[in-house]
Amino acid sequence: MNLFLQQVLNGLVLGSIYSLVALGLTLVYGTRGIPNFAHGHLYMLGAYMTLFFVGTYGLHYWPSAILAALVLALAGVVLERLVFHPVSRSSHVNVMIASVGLMLFLEALSIQLWGADYKFVMAPNPAIYRFAGLTISHQQVIVIIAAVILMIGLQLFLKKTMVGSAIEALAQNREGAMLVGINVTRLSMLTFAISAGLASAAASLIAPINLVFPAMGTMVIMKAFAIVVIGGMGSIPGAIAAAYLLALAESLGGTYLLMQYRDLIAFALLAAILAIRPTGLFSRGD
Amino acid sequence: MQFNWRSWIFPCLLIIAGLFVPAVVANAYYIHVIIMGFIWAIAVYGLNIILGYTGQLSLGHAGFMGLGAYTVALMSLKLGAPFWLAMACAVLLNIVTSWLLSFIAFRTRDHYFAIFTLAIGVILHHVMEKWEKLTNGNNGLSQIPGFGGIGPISFDTAAARYYLIYAFLLLAIYVSWSLKHSLIGRTLMAIRNSEDLAKSIGIPVNRGKRLAFMISAALTGMAGGLYAGYIGFLGPSIASITVTFNLLLYLLVGGIGTVAGPLIGSFIVSVLTQFLVVLQDYQMLIFGPVLVLLTIFFPHGLAGGYYKLKHRWRTASANRKGKAEPAPGRAGGAAMAEASGVAEVSGAAEISVAAEASDAAEASGTAGAKGAVHREVR
Repeated sequence: MNLFLQQVLNGLVLGSIYSLVALGLTLVYGTRGIPNFAHGHLYMLGAYMTLFFVGTYGLHYWPSAILAALVLALAGVVLERLVFHPVSRSSHVNVMIASVGLMLFLEALSIQLWGADYKFVMAPNPAIYRFAGLTISHQQVIVIIAAVILMIGLQLFLKKTMVGSAIEALAQNREGAMLVGINVTRLSMLTFAISAGLASAAASLIAPINLVFPAMGTMVIMKAFAIVVIGGMGSIPGAIAAAYLLALAESLGGTYLLMQYRDLIAFALLAAILAIRPTGLFSRGD
Repeated sequence: MQFNWRSWIFPCLLIIAGLFVPAVVANAYYIHVIIMGFIWAIAVYGLNIILGYTGQLSLGHAGFMGLGAYTVALMSLKLGAPFWLAMACAVLLNIVTSWLLSFIAFRTRDHYFAIFTLAIGVILHHVMEKWEKLTNGNNGLSQIPGFGGIGPISFDTAAARYYLIYAFLLLAIYVSWSLKHSLIGRTLMAIRNSEDLAKSIGIPVNRGKRLAFMISAALTGMAGGLYAGYIGFLGPSIASITVTFNLLLYLLVGGIGTVAGPLIGSFIVSVLTQFLVVLQDYQMLIFGPVLVLLTIFFPHGLAGGYYKLKHRWRTASANRKGKAEPAPGRAGGAAMAEASGVAEVSGAAEISVAAEASDAAEASGTAGAKGAVHREVR
């Protein structure tokens, strides 16, 4: 029983990370209509940025994480203008290929700048709590709390502010949004900034727990895609639900089934869902 | 349909030139580089059919290559099967796998298909890596027996291996070319241009996509088998996402949807990477932005760009000979008229007219109708 609850707990931590990444992905898909294959590498860069600020400037963990998120947000804007906007005039296939090229570039860049070896970020508080036979580290608690705060923040932003409503309008119908005078250009940039910032936050949160290495984005992005498809592209509650669902499935499945094939659970689930409902579980019927 | 023999001269010369390569090129390393270029080209011909002709982005194609390679390797090593039997099984396995996958894959559209194939590629790669009992995991398989003899011909010399792979390359080119000029090929291109429009005129879209996927997997799997037989050792990295990206890059550089594209792209890029081994570390640093720039500025690649230029030159010279000046802004209409007036038989006209028409459509701002622009002018 303890093992089961422990894995549920681990699953919740993992799910928090997955949901932040998936939210960023689903935001960009909702507003731009394209899956950003380079999203996982923005996540990876967030971790490296945190490492950079901690290592080079000797900053504490929290300011580094926040700075990293800001840097990534800026990077997201730059990428949106440089890559995604020009190529959006071509066919969908070209946009996807462009984001694949971007992904290659970012991975090579980080290998160039920081080397391919595994790096380590110190947790701000290495405490470990034990209760009711379960173990959880301070960092894991932070992950869950921070993720929940960010998700609530995002939801409030989207539902309660004008800008947020504009983003939702943009996601519903791009031309319609332009017609009512919404500045689509600036909003696209903002959405990308938020998306990249969320990914960076997720990476910064998990960095003290898992290691930091150039390929860390690759697996995460695949899972994020699985999540976004399962939850429905462009659906925020769908992304959150699917993220936790997947994380729990991985955590429990990995423990009770084969550990080596744990990563495959995401894709098996993805294939199964696509077979039954090709547009995802909670989609708005794309 | 007139037989335009002039457009055949250059390809025939190239084919004949290819026959003389082992005689002319003395350096064994160069021959090796060329052979590898050919193997990648065959794989890219496979990708070209599903992506170039049918317009579906398959991000897991390296998985098929790996499937072909591992089938050949495992059958030769563990079952002692003769090479050609293993090859046939590899191609068959790819066809069956893609057939099965297509039932799920083609319930999805556009982005979902890309994600689904990405997932399949990852799964295949993962299984090859982790199923150590079968595939020896990351240690890979080595000492794979090379190409078995066919009758009196054995493939012990480099030259013999060159000719064998060259023959397979010609086979791949032939399949691509004849597919493109057949009714099935036109069906696939109609699907690429606008699926809904194709459905509305009665084209069996799912059947077309399934067929394209199967042929495409077969070709790429064939390349995988050849890879295993030629190189002699094999690791799970053959099925990795990096390989898929390489295939994409080669195809984009060469020219998506063309017959010459896969060969040109594979050749140029793989030969370039070999000779720029000095820049090995910076490879992806360069290729990433190259891929992005290509999709923005050069989506038709080298071959496509060539055909566009050729068509533009032809229309320009026809204009100079006194045909009606197209009014500014009616460029789209003029291009269509020009195309129907030009009795071109080769595939060059199709691609160039397609490019022209879509450019014109974009220029005249019919953004909404982009998907519905009827690019097939015959």
